[in-house]
Amino acid sequence: MTEPTPLVQLRGISKHFGPVQALMGVDLDLHAGEVTALVGDNGAGKSVFIKCISGIYTPDAGQVTWEGRPVAIRTPRDAAALGIETIYQDLALCNNLDIVQNMFLGRETMQRFVLDEDAMEKAAQETLASLAVTTVRSIRQPVGSLSGGQRQSVAIARAVLWNTKLVIMDEPTAALGVAQTAMVLALARRLADRGLAVLFVSHNMVDVFEVANRIAVLHLGRVAAVRATADLDRQLVVELMTAGSSTRMAAGPTAADGEA
Amino acid sequence: MSDSEGPRTQVTAAEEPPEEVAAAAERRAELAMPASIAAGSVREYARSSLARVKSGQSGVLPVVGGMILIAVLFQSLDSKFLTAGNLVNLLVQAAVFSLLAMGEVFVLTLGEIDLSIGFVAALGGVIMAELLSPSHGWPWYAAAGTALLACAGIGILHGLIITRIGLPSFVVTLAGLLFWQGVMLRILGSGGTIPINDSIINDIASANLSNAASWLVMLVLVGLFAAGTLRRDEKRRRAGLVAPPRSISLIKIALVLAGGVALVLVCNQNRGVLVPISGMPWVVVLVVGVLVAWTFLLGRTKLGRYLYAVGGNAEAARRAGIGLATVRTTAFMLASFTGGIGGIVYASRLRSISTAVDGGTLVLYAVAAAVIGGTSLFGGRGKAVHGVLGGLVIAGIDNGMGLLGFTAASKFMVTALVLLAAVTIDALARRGEAVT
Repeated sequence: MTEPTPLVQLRGISKHFGPVQALMGVDLDLHAGEVTALVGDNGAGKSVFIKCISGIYTPDAGQVTWEGRPVAIRTPRDAAALGIETIYQDLALCNNLDIVQNMFLGRETMQRFVLDEDAMEKAAQETLASLAVTTVRSIRQPVGSLSGGQRQSVAIARAVLWNTKLVIMDEPTAALGVAQTAMVLALARRLADRGLAVLFVSHNMVDVFEVANRIAVLHLGRVAAVRATADLDRQLVVELMTAGSSTRMAAGPTAADGEA
Repeated sequence: MSDSEGPRTQVTAAEEPPEEVAAAAERRAELAMPASIAAGSVREYARSSLARVKSGQSGVLPVVGGMILIAVLFQSLDSKFLTAGNLVNLLVQAAVFSLLAMGEVFVLTLGEIDLSIGFVAALGGVIMAELLSPSHGWPWYAAAGTALLACAGIGILHGLIITRIGLPSFVVTLAGLLFWQGVMLRILGSGGTIPINDSIINDIASANLSNAASWLVMLVLVGLFAAGTLRRDEKRRRAGLVAPPRSISLIKIALVLAGGVALVLVCNQNRGVLVPISGMPWVVVLVVGVLVAWTFLLGRTKLGRYLYAVGGNAEAARRAGIGLATVRTTAFMLASFTGGIGGIVYASRLRSISTAVDGGTLVLYAVAAAVIGGTSLFGGRGKAVHGVLGGLVIAGIDNGMGLLGFTAASKFMVTALVLLAAVTIDALARRGEAVT
């Protein structure tokens, strides 16, 4: 598979908090049209890593290349300007606001000094419909009345409403039931099929193998491996997550993606 | 896997989902969201309204029910309660409570509280009265305007202390309650009273529109409401969005018209004892004006949207790029400003202002009125109309029990029970929301 330039190239991303080295020279490429899973045990540095990409933390060292040019992501605003949207585990939705209001929160469409509700509702409706998330009649109900999976859908729809190129999903299925997990995985897949890059952070091997094109394993702040999903199996990934290496890996090619 | 033709841009454009996913997606789409709210037919509309009430968004239903209960109860005990004279009197009594409560709604919506609003209102009245007094001799508009600006400034000060230093609003405004009471007493001097001789200010609470003007004002307002409602529905239909069925809109307009007609009919009856008195009190027009303005602000502007967002989930609002400190400070400014209007009405009613102002009771009534009207003490839910309705309930209890000869002691106890009932409804509604 010969890839065009990756959407994002991360090289040598390092971050420490006092004496604790959370990330040690992480290299990772994220491609448009692909779901890249980021897995790792607790404390492997997954959260720190995504916070570095979404502008909440500034890395101590390392280079971010966005569409071929070097960029600096210092604030969440920088990330949003590039087209990076992060869906946090807690979703960051206002339960008392309805779906449209949540999707446009902070970026409302105005008509002179008045909120242009109709335009926002229409755009929200179109986005939801294009994601095949909704029977479009109900988008004026408060988010608090939705189920976990539905709320996740709203958060995802909000992320892609803008000129988004990279969507980071932090443990999106952690609190969901079976049917809703399937729905969220289908959504992640659909985003990639539309040409977005998706970084899917998860613990759940079943989900990861179902949705990801490529799996990156973090172990104690380093990338233990980045492989196409087809080249990996669950046992191998678990081994990489817990031990950082595997005897079965020794023979195989190292970092299939890293040195592209 | 992907035919990435470079980064994608137009994500909102509808497109065919790829084959294998499509079938599953079709099925999952059903899972995604039940088509419950927003409806095409009257029946669906009724069902969705019922669903909304069940899920805890009972809106103004409890308070309207409470008002009917109060009317029936007091009327059965004393037939003077529902006379024109008493009802108009009640409207004027309610005005101060309603205005202060509308101010309180702004901060309650944020999940904060403003305990100083009673004495800030009183201070507004004092500043105005002082500026109107012969020693200064300001024209009424300058005096009232300065008083309102001073109140707004006090609100900004509270907001800045709360947001910049990060103190709880409860403590800061409690300090405000004491401090501004002190300032008020300092201006008035011990046992002091400032009489108001400006006829325009005094007319706010005591003069009435002519009967014809009452009709005109009511019809213009209802006409604007009707035109606005129908035009909005029409615009939504043209844009291909779901609009409430026309019959529902017409019923709504008819109800508002009926309410307006009833109000004017009551106000236009002769309620004078020696000389004929009739017409709508100016203060009613003032309260309706503030109600319309604040309803617009909360419902149609960015600031209003952000107030709800911060009250609902401050962290989510922050991540959405909303300046929490600005929104909070603005809310405290609006609260104190609206309180100032209440203070001017208070002074106008008494034609003077004195050290007898009980700002402590006023603020408790203001918070109680807002909560009784349907504003949540826990933040995230509140409307200007809640303040007005709650103010009417409180004034109704006060007035009705007064007619029956009860003392202040009993009035306080009954009001407290009503407040407790309202907070209980609020808490239960919240629990209902959390469960669904």
